[in-house]
Amino acid sequence: MAVIGNKKYSKQIEHHFSKYPDKRSAVMPLLYIAQEEYGWVNDDGIQEVAELCELDPTHVKSIAGFYTMYSEKSKGKYWLQVCTDLSCALRGADEFHKDLKAYLEVEEGGTTDDDLFTVEHVMCLAACDNAPMLQCNFHYMENLDMEKMKAWVEEKRAELQKELDA
Amino acid sequence: MADSKHIVLRHLDIGKPIIKLKDYEKRAGGYDGFKKAVKMEKSAVIDEVKASGLRGRGGAGFPAGVKWSFIPQNEPIKYVTVNADESETGTFKDRLIMEQNPHQLIEGALTCAYAIGAKAVYIYLRGEFWDVAHMLDERIEEARKAGYIGENILGSGFSCEVYTHLGAGAYICGEESALLNSLEGKLGQPRVRPPFPAQKGGGLYGEATVVNNVETLANVPWIMVNGADEYKKIGTEQSAGTKLYCVSGNIQKPGVYELPFDTTFRELLETVCGGPPEGRSFKALLPSGGSGPIVPLTDEVLDTRMSYEDCAAIDTIIGSASLIVMDDSVNIAWVASKVIKFFAHESCGKCTPCREGTYWLDKVLDRIMAGQATAKDIERIDDVAKNMAGITLCALGDFAANPIIHTIKHFKEDFLAMAEGKELAQAGD
Ligand SMILES: Cc1cc2nc3c(=O)[nH]c(=O)nc-3n(C[C@H](O)[C@H](O)[C@H](O)COP(=O)(O)O)c2cc1C
Ligand code: FES
Repeated sequence: MAVIGNKKYSKQIEHHFSKYPDKRSAVMPLLYIAQEEYGWVNDDGIQEVAELCELDPTHVKSIAGFYTMYSEKSKGKYWLQVCTDLSCALRGADEFHKDLKAYLEVEEGGTTDDDLFTVEHVMCLAACDNAPMLQCNFHYMENLDMEKMKAWVEEKRAELQKELDA
Repeated sequence: MADSKHIVLRHLDIGKPIIKLKDYEKRAGGYDGFKKAVKMEKSAVIDEVKASGLRGRGGAGFPAGVKWSFIPQNEPIKYVTVNADESETGTFKDRLIMEQNPHQLIEGALTCAYAIGAKAVYIYLRGEFWDVAHMLDERIEEARKAGYIGENILGSGFSCEVYTHLGAGAYICGEESALLNSLEGKLGQPRVRPPFPAQKGGGLYGEATVVNNVETLANVPWIMVNGADEYKKIGTEQSAGTKLYCVSGNIQKPGVYELPFDTTFRELLETVCGGPPEGRSFKALLPSGGSGPIVPLTDEVLDTRMSYEDCAAIDTIIGSASLIVMDDSVNIAWVASKVIKFFAHESCGKCTPCREGTYWLDKVLDRIMAGQATAKDIERIDDVAKNMAGITLCALGDFAANPIIHTIKHFKEDFLAMAEGKELAQAGD
């Protein structure tokens, strides 16, 4: 596993560097690439991004720590970030978040034993008219209820089971 | 264009999203405004926008044309940065523009770039708008192929590039100087000003930069086509044009509605949005998301026009027009605790009053919410909030103080009931 020298990313990396007059500016897009490669932003990723952007690794690490979308620990295959901010909470999001954790039997920020789901709550995601809603690996799922969520969770579990059987 | 109902959400007049460039050109007169602009003197474009009275839609309402005129024309390198960070609680309009009518934003941004002579436009999107950014990239590519972006655009001698840049989850990056730091690959924390972004030394990479909100720029094509005079006919004297109002919370029909600034809260909340949920009545309104002063939803407020000047007269702001509605089932102390959690989480930690203030407000509010507090605690948080306001590095400190000061001012009895454990049942629990 690597970001540097990986054909999968070379075009993207080149594109990002072409956007800015300064290599440093590519640190954020490159951290996303590192996260894609390793599943989270680990030390190897930090090191490689620092090398590419010609920055100090400690600076890259502080950038990764500052922003919530860079994950500093490994997560489940589906990272579920439920909005429990005011507008959503006025439409039942706190309850939805609680019920989802109970259904998956996880604590806040926890991951299910099968490593499929991580659940945490986040602030407003700019989809307040479609509450309850969540972000699953950077894609929105909106107008949810527990009925829909249960069906979705079971579908993903069945997919995993099929993979294991195969 | 002039007879359509919408200036920004043009797709609603057409009946479907305007995604492809050829649809935008054919069905919405797309890029006509830009084509007209590049044949004009740069200063004439700025003058037109100035004369239109267009004000910034990101919250502060600063006149857009005036901001553009601050840019020193003789500097060799200048930038436009589009603020698509959209992270204020209750705000979901910019996402809609970018998803449903993306070229109108690109056209507006290019017109601004031409007027100030910028060499590049950076659209800074909150990281969660991952899908939106990728879609915008495709639209940008389309515009480039058609000759609206690149070298010597439309034979005008003007050259400009347009790029997207994704943030990664930090509310503070919506603040313009923090946004610029973030775009430069630094920590997304505000800068000490002056110099301001429009000045040499204060903008992106130290170059003079215009930072405008998505909605602000999406108004520009219409103004270029129809003229400042037509634009000024819409809205009120000090608030020209239309506004995208985001309505959420306890309301029958939440959503984004584009209406002229002279529309009243009643017309929007009762007529358009169908009023509060069945069997409930209106209690309170946050007209500008979590950060603006709350108001009780009285008849007086309902009959107020949703303009900058009319809202100031009732001791609140229209800001980004993120209307969060609370009905009579909601305890307002709970609202305050939700809002302060947001700001405690989002304070960037750079300046002490904001970092410490939000932390302590959150702690004491937790106690109030647990029914383990006294009237003294309510006075204490009121005090802390009042001491924070006006002394922080950026407006986030004020944004955090507002909900405390104004919720206590209007709904002290809710805090007392909560503090003394008399009220526990809550919306969402
Ligand atoms: C804490 C904070 C957060 C902000 N967030 C946003 C935002 O998400 N979007 C936005 O357009 N403006 C935001 N602003 C306002 C910007 O600093 C700036 O005024 C705006 O982008 C200027 O554009 P406009 O004149 O077109 O409104 C924020 C300001 C502060 C202090
Ligand atoms: S409050 Fe949940 S998306 Fe805005």
